[in-house]
Amino acid sequence: MSTTYFTKDHEYLRIDGDVAVVGVTDYAQAQLGDVVFVELPPSGKEIAKGGTLATVESVKAASEVYAPVSGEVIEVNAALEEAPGTVNEDAQGAGWFVKLRLASEDELAGLLDAAAYEAFLKTL
Amino acid sequence: MDQLVSLRKTPLYDFHRRLGARMTAFAGYELPLHYERGLVAEHLHTRAHAGLFDVSHMGQAIVAGPGAARLLETLAPADLLGLRAQRTRYTQLLNDEGGILDDLMVTRLPGRDERFFLVVNAATKAQDFALIEQKLPELSLHAQERRALLALQGPASAAALAPLSPEVETLGFMDWRAFDYEGAGVYVTRSGYTGEDGFEISLPADIAERFAERLLENPEVAPIGLGARDSLRLEAGVCLYGHDIDSSTDPVEAELTFTIGRRRRVEGGFPGFDRIARALREGPTRRRVGLLPQDKAPVREGAPLLAADGAVVGRVTSGGFSPSLQRPIAMGYVAANHVESRKPLFTDLRGRRVELAIAALPFVPHRYVRQNKETA
Repeated sequence: MSTTYFTKDHEYLRIDGDVAVVGVTDYAQAQLGDVVFVELPPSGKEIAKGGTLATVESVKAASEVYAPVSGEVIEVNAALEEAPGTVNEDAQGAGWFVKLRLASEDELAGLLDAAAYEAFLKTL
Repeated sequence: MDQLVSLRKTPLYDFHRRLGARMTAFAGYELPLHYERGLVAEHLHTRAHAGLFDVSHMGQAIVAGPGAARLLETLAPADLLGLRAQRTRYTQLLNDEGGILDDLMVTRLPGRDERFFLVVNAATKAQDFALIEQKLPELSLHAQERRALLALQGPASAAALAPLSPEVETLGFMDWRAFDYEGAGVYVTRSGYTGEDGFEISLPADIAERFAERLLENPEVAPIGLGARDSLRLEAGVCLYGHDIDSSTDPVEAELTFTIGRRRRVEGGFPGFDRIARALREGPTRRRVGLLPQDKAPVREGAPLLAADGAVVGRVTSGGFSPSLQRPIAMGYVAANHVESRKPLFTDLRGRRVELAIAALPFVPHRYVRQNKETA
């Protein structure tokens, strides 16, 4: 069974073994507005926690998405190249960004679970 | 979001909130960035039907007095002596170096007295009005602070506004009329900031919401936020003050020479004439151009424009994504000799080299309605 974690930067990590599917939450996509381009890292890249994982371009502005944990990019969502709007339509499903092989499961300890993220959203 | 300064509200603030707008700070005002349907839908709706924009943050003033046309010509390069009553012109207030202090619309009002109606940018309105009062003490300036300003833009605009004022359908591009609505004076110019047919509507603040509601009863009309206002004007190749033009750019390099009156190019009599006359004679050293990034990612304001050898030859002043063309578009200044050389331009985008092609403006053709043969 997979567990999903969240960050206060509105990213989600769906954990399956030592792999995390990472994307931005539905709240984030609503804040970003119409996504027109997503720049993703190359497969195989090692990204440290806090490094730039992706850049999301809306009509108006570019927003950086930072890696919530360290890991190696083992797959990127190539479908976003042709259909970046998928991020708006299904942020927490088909609109995922990358799959990261976790460098250390210890880093998951600082993340929010679904209930904590829901509670965090209510404070905004 | 923390606000360090308190933001002003327009007379349509409650209207925006009721329509589910996401608000943003712009030029000291709290204004709708977009409504529930989002920027792209609003943009495309305006191009296909009609969009209603609240631009009440902009400055409105009536400048009056004997010799007003001649006196205003000492601050701006448009032919105002030749501007007929109920006609509007686009012009700029210039500094002594020919730099643009603001761009504005000037309408000659009907009547025996020399009176002009001015619409200026929000961020610059206080300094514009102070400049006019200081430089032209012979004239009276009355800021119209209790008037709201709406823009109705798009191919369905005339049909949507006609039930409130049938006369608007007879107006041509840059024609102005006053009409009575519920006993209040409403000023309409057939102009806008999107490249589409449309109107800018000045009206007393206390009827603005009712007037806007009335327009929205037409299913062709949708409320549109500042986000789409910006993407529409970029497609139309129109300058945004503080970005594409400012006090360091002159109207010739900004490709606004068409707004300098023919008589005035010879006679001068406006600030910075020396520099502008030289630019007209010898050509400007840099030019505002349209840019098409050869990439899927937008190139944003501030991006340097490089020649193949890495030399900086320009800078992007507006850049984004075009909902109509479904591709990135931009505008910027490029060294005139580089424009003429037709050599490629590049920028660095997050470590990637992206080529940009110089493109004719506008990106999306203007669709102004001209009822008469006179040009603006």
